[in-house]
Amino acid sequence: MSIRERLSGNEAVANAMRQINPDVMSAFPITPSTEIPFIFSSFAANGEVDTEFIPVESEHSALSAAIGAQAAGARSLTATSSCGLALMWEMLYVAASNRLPIALALVNRTLSGPININCDHSDSMGARDSGWIQIYSENNQEVYDNFVQAYRIAEHPSVRLPIMICQDGFITSAAVENIELLEDKEVKEFVGEYCPENYLLNSRQSQSIGPYAVSAYCMEAKRAQLEALKNAKQVVLEVAEEFAGISGRSYGLFEEYRLADADYAMVIIGSAAGTAKDAIDQLRADGQKVGMLKIRLFRPFPGEEIAAALKNARVIACMDRTESFNSQCGPLGAEVKNALYNAGQAPVVINYVYGLGGRDVAVENIASVYADLIGIDKTKDAGEKYRYLSLRD
Amino acid sequence: MAYNFKEVMNKTERLAPGHRMCAGCGGTIAVRNVLRGLRDEDKAVITCATSCLEVSTFMYPHTAWTDSFIHNAFENAAATCSGVQTAYSILKKKGRIDDTYKFIAFGGDGGTYDIGFQSLSAAMERNHDMVYVCYDNGAYMNTGIQRSSATPMYADTTTTPVGTVSNGKPQYRKDLAAIIADHNVPYVAQTTLLKNMRDLHEKAEKAIYTPGAAFLNVMAPCPRGWIYETAEIMEICRLAVDTCYWPIFEVIEGKWVLNYRPKNKLPIERFLKKQGRFRHLFKKGHEHLIAHFQAEVDKRWEALLVKCGGVGGTGGIGTLSHSTSQEI
Ligand SMILES: Cc1ncc(C[n+]2csc(CCOP(=O)(O)OP(=O)(O)O)c2C)c(N)n1
Ligand code: SF4
Ligand SMILES: [Mg+2]
Repeated sequence: MSIRERLSGNEAVANAMRQINPDVMSAFPITPSTEIPFIFSSFAANGEVDTEFIPVESEHSALSAAIGAQAAGARSLTATSSCGLALMWEMLYVAASNRLPIALALVNRTLSGPININCDHSDSMGARDSGWIQIYSENNQEVYDNFVQAYRIAEHPSVRLPIMICQDGFITSAAVENIELLEDKEVKEFVGEYCPENYLLNSRQSQSIGPYAVSAYCMEAKRAQLEALKNAKQVVLEVAEEFAGISGRSYGLFEEYRLADADYAMVIIGSAAGTAKDAIDQLRADGQKVGMLKIRLFRPFPGEEIAAALKNARVIACMDRTESFNSQCGPLGAEVKNALYNAGQAPVVINYVYGLGGRDVAVENIASVYADLIGIDKTKDAGEKYRYLSLRD
Repeated sequence: MAYNFKEVMNKTERLAPGHRMCAGCGGTIAVRNVLRGLRDEDKAVITCATSCLEVSTFMYPHTAWTDSFIHNAFENAAATCSGVQTAYSILKKKGRIDDTYKFIAFGGDGGTYDIGFQSLSAAMERNHDMVYVCYDNGAYMNTGIQRSSATPMYADTTTTPVGTVSNGKPQYRKDLAAIIADHNVPYVAQTTLLKNMRDLHEKAEKAIYTPGAAFLNVMAPCPRGWIYETAEIMEICRLAVDTCYWPIFEVIEGKWVLNYRPKNKLPIERFLKKQGRFRHLFKKGHEHLIAHFQAEVDKRWEALLVKCGGVGGTGGIGTLSHSTSQEI
């Protein structure tokens, strides 16, 4: 039985946390994710969860404490945004290399400077190579559903890696939407108990975690970690299938929207995908063959599947909500082009940077991208392949 | 329970031999003797900051630690330990753990006074049931003897090198034990390697078994960074204490207790002379530097006596209590 609710993205994720009832949460306030620990603390204060909340003095300590708690054998989590994630940077790598399935609720916000509290993906994209699984959400329902699935993916014996569930700051985190929650009991059963194999508080076998490893071992350790990350792809699909069984909502590695026969495709991440769907419906009504691929799983990057899904597209727009200062592409652009190249596909790919620091993305902006793609196809002149969308003069 | 030296020394070693710390390293001696503060029947989880201690005792695929052990990073041993301890408290509550565990974090002075200070201060303020032990060798030894805020004044380090216009580190050291005491945690103590280590054993046990946060500051000489013959370690520690450079005290529930007051307070030269890192102070024309060092030692010692409820001055023994009433 599902429960209809009107919740913001932050409330949705806090409710998923309540239903999971993890062991330890450590967090530090930062807009726009502050609400998550704040709502969750009130659940703890009212006995709605058993979770121990550690009110740390920084995000660095938030993740450090979560690493300690998870290594000790407790299901742990944290939440943050922007500068907070940046302050965790060193520890992100440690969490992943120690194979600790910590869950992090990330509310995407731009990295300073200039300091700005609004959405873009520079924070999580900066952390994309830290070894964490990254899943992105379009709307509040997806935020909730993804968080409910998070531990099942992260804790899977073939994976055992930390997971970041991302949502767009303010756009979904603060906006209230109608969503469906599962029953508390359904979530608890779905997520199950955390039963680690190796942990510090195992009285039968003491453990040492976090070694110094010389060159003779370090490279093998990284390679083994990659294998675990690769395994996450299959696990994401299995968990999604099981989740569909209890919720009726299906998820994949990505979502295709009117893509199969599209000549002009857009690859996009997060809430702007909703805007893109509206633009596509309008353009389709005018007879334009446009479609979209919305990323859900960004790490590991399902390159082969994405290339296959884009095989019919003649011109593709990769939409990056971050600037990666390499002067030729954004992180999504790089991944998609890499995947296409490896698959022997060579469509024209235009990489757009959009929505930085909370810049609005309207249906017209997305429609203008499709107009560009159609124009390029007609004139066979791609022009500048790395562009900014809706930049003021 | 009365202190029984034999019993303490017969406890199971919790740091196995075969690790790669230098021979004669004060850090290893400090750690092994802190671990003797644990009751044999209790388990422990050890957290360690990146340091000589960490990289030398847990090199994949070998560990010298018989207890569970976690190294996270340089600056976050306290936060990490607080996470481990919190996990224990909830898992215990949920009935998933039967054994009694104790939580000890070790950090060098760099990982404690400097880069890990924020993490330490916060974990102490939150009053986690844990002990943070700083093995203070007064420099970043692991990266090749750079100054820290624990480095004594005028020490020659690789970032405060003695040169034609430099006499080594210009500043005196930070008094971290006092700063942590000002967090009003239940137990803080300062000690070093003295005689049969009774003082260290007893303080470790108190720190470990006092509920709430505790902090131990243990001066742990490093023959490589201080430049002395390894056999001199005990003499150097004794001189540190007898010159009042390194006072031995406890702060129990906010009450300052001086554990040892030398009958004859020795001049600071006696401590400095033993170590190559102060060699330049004994050149002709540098007498004023030693006088300056002495003045700083005296000032801090007098202030400590006041805190401990003793009378100022170098005169007669005041109302000083001694928690263990032993000669150290
Ligand atoms: C963030 C970070 N900065 C710098 C280092 C390099 N580093 C490792 S150990 C160390 C010095 C350790 O000094 P201390 O804590 O006094 O321990 P010691 O080695 O002297 O026992 C430094 C600078 C690091 N590992 N991490
Ligand atoms: S360099 Fe100094 S602190 Fe490090 S292991 Fe050697 S003696 Fe110990
Ligand atoms: Mg040191």
